[in-house]
Amino acid sequence: MSEKELKSLEDLFQARIDRDEKIEPKEWMPEKYRQTHIRQISQHAHSEIVGMLPEANWITRAPSLRRKVALLAKIQDEGGHGLYLYSAAETLGISREEMYEQLHSGKAKYSSIFNYPAVTWADMGAVGWLVDGAAIMNQVALMGTSYGPYARAMVRICKEESFHQRQGYEILLTLCNGTPEQKAMAQDALNRWWWPSLMMFGPKDAESPNTEQSVKWKLKRKTNDELRQQFVDQTVPQANILGLTIPDPNLKWNEERKHYDFGDLDWNEFWQVVKGHGPCNKQRLEARKSAWEKGAWVRDAAVAYAEKQEDRELKKAI
Amino acid sequence: MKNWPLWEVFIRSKNGLEHRHCGSLHAADAQMALQNARDVYTRRMEGVSIWVVPSSQITASNPELNGETFEPAMDKAYRHPTFYELPDELKHM
Repeated sequence: MSEKELKSLEDLFQARIDRDEKIEPKEWMPEKYRQTHIRQISQHAHSEIVGMLPEANWITRAPSLRRKVALLAKIQDEGGHGLYLYSAAETLGISREEMYEQLHSGKAKYSSIFNYPAVTWADMGAVGWLVDGAAIMNQVALMGTSYGPYARAMVRICKEESFHQRQGYEILLTLCNGTPEQKAMAQDALNRWWWPSLMMFGPKDAESPNTEQSVKWKLKRKTNDELRQQFVDQTVPQANILGLTIPDPNLKWNEERKHYDFGDLDWNEFWQVVKGHGPCNKQRLEARKSAWEKGAWVRDAAVAYAEKQEDRELKKAI
Repeated sequence: MKNWPLWEVFIRSKNGLEHRHCGSLHAADAQMALQNARDVYTRRMEGVSIWVVPSSQITASNPELNGETFEPAMDKAYRHPTFYELPDELKHM
């Protein structure tokens, strides 16, 4: 294909996206579109899978059966969300094994938020409220993305996730209405999770080189800074209802902008965690790899069993 | 070690409606594919019936040939009821 032909195909492709048409698997797409989507969707999938780890620690420590079943259901949803997303990425021509390999070798990233430890029960509340809240905000914007399988996975995921946020908020609400120690525990969780949650939206627009292309492909419907602002605006009143204080002395309502102003994030910390130097990066990856390796015999046994059954059916037919 | 093959999952959300494709998953055999489909795609009563089909068994039309595949239907307006001009006093037809 000549450069001119390629350019005209790319223009036609962009025109389809501009008309709000969806792109489906096996249709022609620019190689960069394919690669960018594989990267983003697989990272999203990895985030769901690694996201189960900080919560898993609290299943056996949940304070009541009600909390325990809810936490289990949430974690199971996250496993499911990872699977929807992996299968969406597979439609672009990457295998599940390649994606696992990229995760386990450290080549692929996942959301940095899961490299922070969940040290108290209140963290389960803060994670649901803030981390799932931030994820939902991002994902709602992605329901209109141009790649069909990704958009459909987002619709399904958004439908399921609102319970995640509500159960988290309810945990904090209960703690905030409890003893002073319980309320302090909730405040402590907010103090630790607030800034990392704001970091979930990624670097500032000015330092986010892929934003422009991603907006064109509708892989980003809103920029990082827009989503971050929306999150702050939505979350501050929710913190007020809990009676908790957001740990930002610069946070205040700006009547002119009709938005909250807030302090600058610690970008040094952000990049440190992205580069693998967060409090739990090593631990998370080890846990994931160990689960995969220790499960190998189960996967092999399942294949051996399937082959034996098939063999039996064949012999019966003869 | 062999990898588990890919299966396509179709779900009937309630009787009276058709099965619809809802996604895919990996499983060692058909039985496991059904069980996994139940866990992955029907956690909130989304279905009353599940089909699983090995992805390798699906033959798909080629989107690059969409022109010749689907265009023949476009110029056949006489297949639609509005093509026929009938008097206004004729009701309910």
